[in-house]
Amino acid sequence: MNYLKVLLNGIVKENPTFVLLLGMCPTLGTTSSALNGMSMGLATMAVLICSNFVISLVKNVIPDMVRIPSFIVVIASLVTVLQMLIKAYAPDIDKSLGLFIPLIVVNCIILGRAEAFAAKNNPVASIFDGIGMGLGFSIALTLLGAVREILGTGHVFGVELFSDSYGALIFVLAPGAFIALGYLIAIINKIKN
Amino acid sequence: MGYILIFITAIFVNNVVLSQFLGICPFLGVSKKVETASGMAAAVAFVLTIATIVTYLIQIYLLEPFHLAYLQTIAFILVIAALVQMVEIVLKKVSPSLYQALGVFLPLITTNCCILGVAIQVASGTYAAPGLEHNLLTGIVYAVSTALGFGLALIVFAGIREQLARVAVPKGVQGMSIALITAGLLAMAFMGFSGVNNGLQKLFGI
Repeated sequence: MNYLKVLLNGIVKENPTFVLLLGMCPTLGTTSSALNGMSMGLATMAVLICSNFVISLVKNVIPDMVRIPSFIVVIASLVTVLQMLIKAYAPDIDKSLGLFIPLIVVNCIILGRAEAFAAKNNPVASIFDGIGMGLGFSIALTLLGAVREILGTGHVFGVELFSDSYGALIFVLAPGAFIALGYLIAIINKIKN
Repeated sequence: MGYILIFITAIFVNNVVLSQFLGICPFLGVSKKVETASGMAAAVAFVLTIATIVTYLIQIYLLEPFHLAYLQTIAFILVIAALVQMVEIVLKKVSPSLYQALGVFLPLITTNCCILGVAIQVASGTYAAPGLEHNLLTGIVYAVSTALGFGLALIVFAGIREQLARVAVPKGVQGMSIALITAGLLAMAFMGFSGVNNGLQKLFGI
């Protein structure tokens, strides 16, 4: 198995956000700024790498009937650990992401990769798949966050590009999330073809 | 009066899909036809209400007395998964016609983030209930209103998408792209309700 191919697969060919359209709740809900989007992406990536690794290790022990519930327990435990770590070491991120941290449990990307990749491949390949998918998700969220923040406030990562009196506030608010993502998907479809 | 305020705020002002971004997957996934959208809305309303009651009771009588609040996420997702399964079995026996109508939507609800999201909001008391205590009753009112808000957004959106299927959409934005832009416009329409809750709060004297 070519690990580089597995890694790139998640970032480009099967990008979870722009191509597979998975995990839309955090994608829209946490990208009011590039920084928020990036922290959500990285948090999801951490859970995804660990869950892929653990699940591919224990895949032969779990009976097929209770596969999905066991996957959910593994993912929920990892999310709980992450939630406690974020609360302890990065309270600012905890405050800005809020409810969306425990909701990583029901992110379809994680359960989807567990079922589609980790349950069929060896632990090392599963880690690479987790890194690739996680990076693809993080890049997508950071990009969407940056677009919304630039159009809405004129800032990105704390750098001022233009005065925020020229910004269209709607892009930071809820409707802007849908519209910005809609146009980004259209642009990416255009580039792909 | 406070209960009416929770009701209106959860449906219109702070709509679960269009302003809190919970439950986007079914909102985009099963909104191609009004009929399937109504089925999904009914299934979600049913499970959301029961799940909120059960998880709230577990939080108050099990997790908090034994200092296990950190197990909230694991406990809730297991309860929701088990509950969905149980509802499925009970419905099959008690009301086969309703079971038939909900069909494939029931098992899908486990991974609908608005169920877990609302359960956590109610259990930790972070939803808006001006002038009232956060208890089981306000929690239920909030859950039911949220479910209605979800149903409203989903069915309206499905109606728009049925119309969209009849017009010539520019090639570049076909598919999910135009659906998202439409959802954005719908969210903009719902933004028109922002501030209504403050006005009502003044009117009711809360």
